[in-house]
Amino acid sequence: MKIAVTSIFVSDQQKALEFYTKVLGFQKKTDVPAGAYRWLTVVSPESPEGLELLLEPEGHPAVLPFKQALAEDGIPYLSLAVQDVQAEHDRLTKAGVHFTQPPVHLGPVTTAVFDDTCGNLVQLAQYH
Amino acid sequence: MPDLFEALATPARRAILDALHERDGQTLFELCGRLSTHFTLTRQAVSQHLDVLEEVGLLTVRRQGRYKHHHLNTEPLNHIVERWLKAAPPPQEEQP
Repeated sequence: MKIAVTSIFVSDQQKALEFYTKVLGFQKKTDVPAGAYRWLTVVSPESPEGLELLLEPEGHPAVLPFKQALAEDGIPYLSLAVQDVQAEHDRLTKAGVHFTQPPVHLGPVTTAVFDDTCGNLVQLAQYH
Repeated sequence: MPDLFEALATPARRAILDALHERDGQTLFELCGRLSTHFTLTRQAVSQHLDVLEEVGLLTVRRQGRYKHHHLNTEPLNHIVERWLKAAPPPQEEQP
């Protein structure tokens, strides 16, 4: 058994696809029509056969209050492992990405948190 | 309502003020992350400490879009300076 797909609720699937591929650098893996929405997943170019991230529509009434409560307290929904948090922070800031937390050293890990433009906060983590 | 000195009496609350002095305008999540390296505190506990600090005016909360950021306000500490330090006589030089 292994984890194949995990999901993040996004306000707009097309907008999310563009942010996660063009800005962050992920690759589209699956794009299948599913009623009014799409089964839309992205993967890391570092492991195209690895874990897929499903860009899931946020239509359910419980989703928005949940996302708003997390965003208000600055809590990220997703954590991404990177080699160099500072370098990614600089690259993404240049691309217009808004960080709610700049890189902070917390003992064994350095983290930063940014807005994915689709209603979520995402954490970058670099383990030392 | 707690007074200023009660608010300052708790090490975790002083640590929160230290963290905000280091970088002002942190989210609850960032504060929890920073404090977790020195304290065993739940998010609820940190949240309650922030409420106390806000009540006595040592901390202000500012909303920026969907986010809530916490800012240090040292103004209430000025009263301590005015009350004792500014009023204090100059230190006596030791007699040989």
